[in-house]
Amino acid sequence: MGKSRSLLSRTRTRSAWLVLLPMLVTLFVVAAWPLGRTIWFSFTDASLDLMADAQFVGIRNYLEYVKFGDEDGQYYGLLADARWWRSVWNTIYFAVVSVSFETLFGLVIALVLNQQFRGRGLVRAAVLIPWAIPTIVSAKMWAWMMHDQFGILNDMFQRLGLISEPVAWTASPDTAMIAVMIVDIWKTTPFMALLILAGLQMVPQDIYEAAKLDGVPAFRTFRRVTLPLILPAILVAVVFRTLDALRVFDIIYVLTPNTDATRTMSVYARENLFDYDQFAYGSAASTLLFLVIAVITITFIMATRMDLEGKRS
Amino acid sequence: MKTPLWKRLGFYAVVAVIVLQALFPFYYAILTSLEDGQALFDVNYLPAAPDFVNYRTMLTQGVFGRQILNSVFVATVVVIFSLALAVTAAYALSRIQFRGRGLLLLTVLSVSMFPQIAVLSGLFEVIRFFGLFNSLWALVFSYMIFTLPFTVWVLTTFMRNMPVEIEEAAIMDGASSLTIIRRVFLPLMWPAMVTTGLLAFIHAWNEFLFALTFLSTDSQRTVPVAIALISGRSEFEIPWGNIMAASVIVTLPLVALVLVFQRKIVSGLTAGAVKG
Amino acid sequence: MAKVELVNVSKSYGDVEVLHDINLALEEGEFVVFVGPSGCGKSTLLRMIAGLEDITGGELLIGGEPMNDVLPAKRGISMVFQSYALYPHMTVFENMAFGLEQAKLSKPEIRERVNKAATMLQIEPLLDRKPKQLSGGQRQRVAIGRAITRDPRVFLFDEPLSNLDAALRVDTRLEIASLHERLTGTTMIYVTHDQVEAMTLADRIVVLNGGVIEQVGTPMDLYENPASQFVAGFIGSPKMNLLTGPVAENEGAATYGIRPEHIRFSRDEGLWIGRVVLTERLGSDTFVHVKTEGVGMVNVRIEGRADIEQGETVHLTPDARSVHLFYADGTPLSRKFMQ
Ligand SMILES: Nc1ncnc2c1ncn2[C@@H]1O[C@H](COP(=O)(O)OP(=O)(O)OP(=O)(O)O)[C@@H](O)[C@H]1O
Ligand SMILES: [Mg+2]
Repeated sequence: MGKSRSLLSRTRTRSAWLVLLPMLVTLFVVAAWPLGRTIWFSFTDASLDLMADAQFVGIRNYLEYVKFGDEDGQYYGLLADARWWRSVWNTIYFAVVSVSFETLFGLVIALVLNQQFRGRGLVRAAVLIPWAIPTIVSAKMWAWMMHDQFGILNDMFQRLGLISEPVAWTASPDTAMIAVMIVDIWKTTPFMALLILAGLQMVPQDIYEAAKLDGVPAFRTFRRVTLPLILPAILVAVVFRTLDALRVFDIIYVLTPNTDATRTMSVYARENLFDYDQFAYGSAASTLLFLVIAVITITFIMATRMDLEGKRS
Repeated sequence: MKTPLWKRLGFYAVVAVIVLQALFPFYYAILTSLEDGQALFDVNYLPAAPDFVNYRTMLTQGVFGRQILNSVFVATVVVIFSLALAVTAAYALSRIQFRGRGLLLLTVLSVSMFPQIAVLSGLFEVIRFFGLFNSLWALVFSYMIFTLPFTVWVLTTFMRNMPVEIEEAAIMDGASSLTIIRRVFLPLMWPAMVTTGLLAFIHAWNEFLFALTFLSTDSQRTVPVAIALISGRSEFEIPWGNIMAASVIVTLPLVALVLVFQRKIVSGLTAGAVKG
Repeated sequence: MAKVELVNVSKSYGDVEVLHDINLALEEGEFVVFVGPSGCGKSTLLRMIAGLEDITGGELLIGGEPMNDVLPAKRGISMVFQSYALYPHMTVFENMAFGLEQAKLSKPEIRERVNKAATMLQIEPLLDRKPKQLSGGQRQRVAIGRAITRDPRVFLFDEPLSNLDAALRVDTRLEIASLHERLTGTTMIYVTHDQVEAMTLADRIVVLNGGVIEQVGTPMDLYENPASQFVAGFIGSPKMNLLTGPVAENEGAATYGIRPEHIRFSRDEGLWIGRVVLTERLGSDTFVHVKTEGVGMVNVRIEGRADIEQGETVHLTPDARSVHLFYADGTPLSRKFMQ
């Protein structure tokens, strides 16, 4: 190669890098460098006020065995912290349940929107509204609706005879997680529905006509024809949403602050970083969350052998 | 072959449930925002005596007006910066063959998967280093981490689908890469730029974690943090009417955008995800 | 205004070489057509001359100067694309002026040059329109006009007519021919896989096949003296009959080639005898497909109208002077008509 490349391709390669430079510098400064620093802090004794002079302390923030003498001792650090493992569990539980329901409801809404009926455009616009509402606002709206004394949700459920006593949705440890999941499912199902709808609209219509002519019942057509065809779209949507759900922060911070029942990895990390002045410890939590998400992302990219350069299209 | 009546009724019942669940919470927020005093604590399903006192309180007392302007400023500048950086980058990534291009795209994509919390402590240091703490520019700067990868990604996909020959004609005409971007592609990219710009705007408008962390005084805050931090003297004095009024004020522009640009938003969302 | 020379030019994409050792010299003012089957490398060769593709081996000279390392716009070349490639958001005037702006010409000069080209192509009334508001033929004229304004030494066309309907194609073909007349001294290189375009427009035709030049020559040269079986089969319409078996072996060849128009047809006597399988009547000509014993399927061209029915027995006599004989590797054995 090298010498045989013409002036034009050399010029173009040079301008490519030139034109990419501003974006690359920006991404370096806002993403790569801070990530590196976070990881570094997790191996130091950094605190909010003393970042620059942080000293390397090895993996002490992650795990440390402290001897009390006489063969007695105890493990300290993130990996030995029951509250951390509780937040890991909360995060996974939240992600799995929310994404499952979002997929199910999203599929139903997508199937409905894929039908021809009067007012479809309006229905689609209505469905989009929860997506457009800022997360904080949704959390506040639902917090009010779920208010234990004046909330309309308790009123509704009591009128319908579903509950006999008012429920303290956000305050009680038994229902706090359910409350959070309800809000998240309400807010993000539209996104799921839209992605699945896009997949549905790529299914050629004549397949349905052929199935109808063959007398295949509608449900069978759905299971044997439609579902396999839209499965890739669903899969992509599920992965995107799962990655999103694993970093959940806003809803929980606003709806159910300070309870063990709903503390997730992000909330745990931020608490330590800025509220408890355990900057290094919080950085370690952030680093672990990053690792989890990185592993999922890489697995996904490898598994689907994603078409990055658009060659397949 | 006509669909039986019960089936059609069932279908419309499902449609009704879908619409109702989507709209009711916002409807109820509006309802609450128009109530004051005792009315607030009675559960109503229909408006009784609408009263705009909450809106008046929010917009005239305190710094909420200022906070709205903060949000508008941040979201607008974020959109401008990310589009400017992304259009040129997307041109290089979609149109020019060079070694390392696949790797670059992968990098951009993986940045969009970064959990915000993972960069929070490092970013906090960077922002303090540049003296941007408690400045709106801290948000403009940090929001690039999610708007930029997304915009680059969508614009790259869009540009890749533009005919090659037009660009070759421009090369034959002696246009440089920058001229090609500015004079040939930019005018053809408006639809995609509107879509991505809109999504970037919404994203920046709604962001919470960075805004909560990098700003410390009330007059600097953006609206999501402002709403989250509205509180009363005790747990029993939370001003729900005010919170709902603020929520409606913040949300109405977004709902309007969504209704007007419905198609564009849907195509942008699916381009960002499905094609990615 | 300039000679174009290709010296040992080759092109590879990765490990695949798609053009091998091309040597070609085009005279100043010449109209040269590249033809060949799809995928043979015509476009690639043209785009290498334009500078849009790297030259992986060999040298390109225009007007005697090496061009390998010169930017496309600095080569004194204009190109007309198959899809017109007009800038959709610019008016016709802006489309034609864009290249001149890049060359930093003054406003009045740009206006003068655009107007001149527009007059030549009769597109003045269209100058304020956008490409969307033009028909296919008008768009192609504008594309040609855009190429003219730059006053190039060499004009390149890549299948410029293939997106037009049949009637427009003929008109535009004539237009290009007359353009070549008027732009004296401008070398034109034209890629097509339409034989009629090649035969009617070209001063010389370059036949490409599988990345190599099969033959270079005037249209009549290629028709009368095909340098290979491939060229014999490729040039001429309808295709030359390429017969194998005893007919060829009797002459010591692997293939016996005879054009449909070089076979005499008779109901009473002839060298070969056969039955008519199919007749195609075009009005001006009649093509008769005959299944001959011991020779194979032979296509015969009869001028005007001939009332021959399917199943009839007919006699055929090839014109001995127009027989082309080829070895199994496609090289010609002898050219009988030269005797
Ligand atoms: N970017 C590329 N990468 C790899 N191979 C290529 C590329 N461009 C062209 N080729 C190959 O080079 C050969 C020549 O292609 P070219 O486009 O020049 O053919 P052509 O003669 O113009 O055909 P057509 O009549 O169909 O336009 C083909 O085999 C093609 O597959
Ligand atoms: Mg071609």
